Amino acid sequence: MTTPLLSVSSLNKRFGTTIACDDISFDLWPGEVLGIVGESGSGKTTLLRSIAGLIEPDSGEINYRATGGEVDVHLMSEPELRRLQRTEWAFVHQHPRDGLRLNVSAGANIGERLMANNWRHYADIRTEALKWLAAVEIDEARIDDLPRTFSGGMQQRLQIARNLVTSPRLVFMDEPTGGLDVSVQARLLDLIRSLVRDLGLSAIVVTHDLAVARLLSTRLMVMKDARVIEQGLTDQVLEDPQAAYSQLLVSSVLQV
Amino acid sequence: MTRKPVLSVEQIDKQFVLHTQNGAILDVLRGTSLAVSAVEIAALCGPSGAGKSSLLKAVYGTYRVNGGRILVRHGDDTIDVATAAPRTISALRRNTIGYVSQFLRVIPRVPALDIVADPAIEQGVTPDDARARAADLLRRLRIPDSLFKLSPSTFSGGEQQRVNIARAMAAPRPLMLFDEPTASLDPENRATVLQMIAGLRDSGTAVLGIFHDPADRKTLGARDIDMTTCGREETVHA
Repeated sequence: MTTPLLSVSSLNKRFGTTIACDDISFDLWPGEVLGIVGESGSGKTTLLRSIAGLIEPDSGEINYRATGGEVDVHLMSEPELRRLQRTEWAFVHQHPRDGLRLNVSAGANIGERLMANNWRHYADIRTEALKWLAAVEIDEARIDDLPRTFSGGMQQRLQIARNLVTSPRLVFMDEPTGGLDVSVQARLLDLIRSLVRDLGLSAIVVTHDLAVARLLSTRLMVMKDARVIEQGLTDQVLEDPQAAYSQLLVSSVLQV
Repeated sequence: MTRKPVLSVEQIDKQFVLHTQNGAILDVLRGTSLAVSAVEIAALCGPSGAGKSSLLKAVYGTYRVNGGRILVRHGDDTIDVATAAPRTISALRRNTIGYVSQFLRVIPRVPALDIVADPAIEQGVTPDDARARAADLLRRLRIPDSLFKLSPSTFSGGEQQRVNIARAMAAPRPLMLFDEPTASLDPENRATVLQMIAGLRDSGTAVLGIFHDPADRKTLGARDIDMTTCGREETVHA
C-alpha cells in the first residue's frame, strides 16, 4: 500500500468576512490528476494557491511527501519552501505573464529553472531548452526571442516548458487553457496529457471547463461556496452527479 | 466443479434524483441480481429503459448504486464496487474490468493507433508492443492503415465503434462489459467482432453484454438474463 503524495486536512481561509475555503480535506495519490471544478468565486484558486504555498491559510495542515521525507508546507522556512517550489513542484498560472519573465529570452526562461536545479554548463542548458521548445511545439529558431513577442498560446506553452523542464513531481495548474482559442486549447491539452503520463507526475488542475476536467483528470472535486460538495472519479461525477449543484453544472454544458 | 463467479451482483438498487427537474425520481434498477463466471457470455435482455446500460455502468463503477453489492474478483481479492474507493475502482479498471461503451470518446489530436494502444500501455505493455498489438487489431477490424495516424474525430460511426472495440481487445481483462458492440457495424465486421468476443470467452474471460439482435446472442452461445425480472429468469442458447 502506497501513501498519498499530498494530504490536506481541515484547510480554512478567509479574506475579511468572506470565507474562501471552508474545512477542506483530501488526499492526492502518486500519478493522479485531480481536477477541481466549480463556478468563479467558489474558492478553487484560493485552495490551489494555499496548497502550493503561495498564500497562507488560516488553519489546517498540508503534508507533502517530499523525496527527503514528509513536510508540512506551512511550517517550512521560506528558503525551504522556495526550493520545493523550484524543484519538486511547478505552478502553471492562468496568465502566462504571471509565470514567465517577459524581459528575458524564451531559452533563458527555461534555463532559469535548470540553473535553480544546479545545472551549470551553458551548452547543456541550451540543448535542454531546445529540446523542450520542440516538445511544446515552439520553433527552435525562437529561442533567443523575448516571450512578449509570442502569441498567447505560445506563451502558455513556454510557461509549461519552463515548469516541466526539471521533471517536477507535483504540478499545480490554474485554468491552464483559459483564454485560449479552442484549436490552441486542444493542442495544449494533448500536450499536458501526454507529459503527465510520460513523466508519471501528479497534478492538481483548477478549471471551470468540464471538458478540460474530463480530458485531464482521473478524479474530480466539485466546489461551491468554499466547500467541497462532491468528489469521485471523473466519470462518476460527470455521469452520475449527486449534489443538486453538480447536476446543474453538468446539465448546463452546451452540446456542440 | 462449481466455479466462483467473477462478478456477483446482489440486490442492487439505483435511483436517480433529478434535482434540476423538481426532484423527480427515476428508479432504474430495483433488487437486480445476477452472476457471471469465467469462460461464459451473459447477455442482458429487456426493452429500452429496462436498465441494461445502467447495470453495466454500475458494474464499471460509473453509476453509484443506492443499495446492494457488486462483487468482483480482483486477483486474489473480492472487491465490492458499490463501496470501493475511487482509487480501488481505478485499479480494478486497469487490470480487471474492461468496458466498451457504444460511442468512442475522441481525444482531439490523438491518433487512432495511440487511442487503441493506451490501455495496454497503462497495464505495463511497452509502447512499441502495444502499438503493434493495436495495429494488428485495427487491421482485423478492417480499419485501413492510412487511418492509423489520424484522430478518429472524422471517422464514421462504424469506424469509431471498431476503434473502441480494438481499444478494449488490446488490453483484455478478466471481466469485459460490452454495450451493443455491433450496433453500427456491417455484417462482415459484425461477424469479426462476435468472433473476437467469443475468443475472449474461450481464453477464460467473463463477458457481460447487451446484444440486441437475438442472432448475435445465438452465435455467441450467450446466456440471456431478463432484466424485467431483475435477473431472476434466464434462457441459455445451446
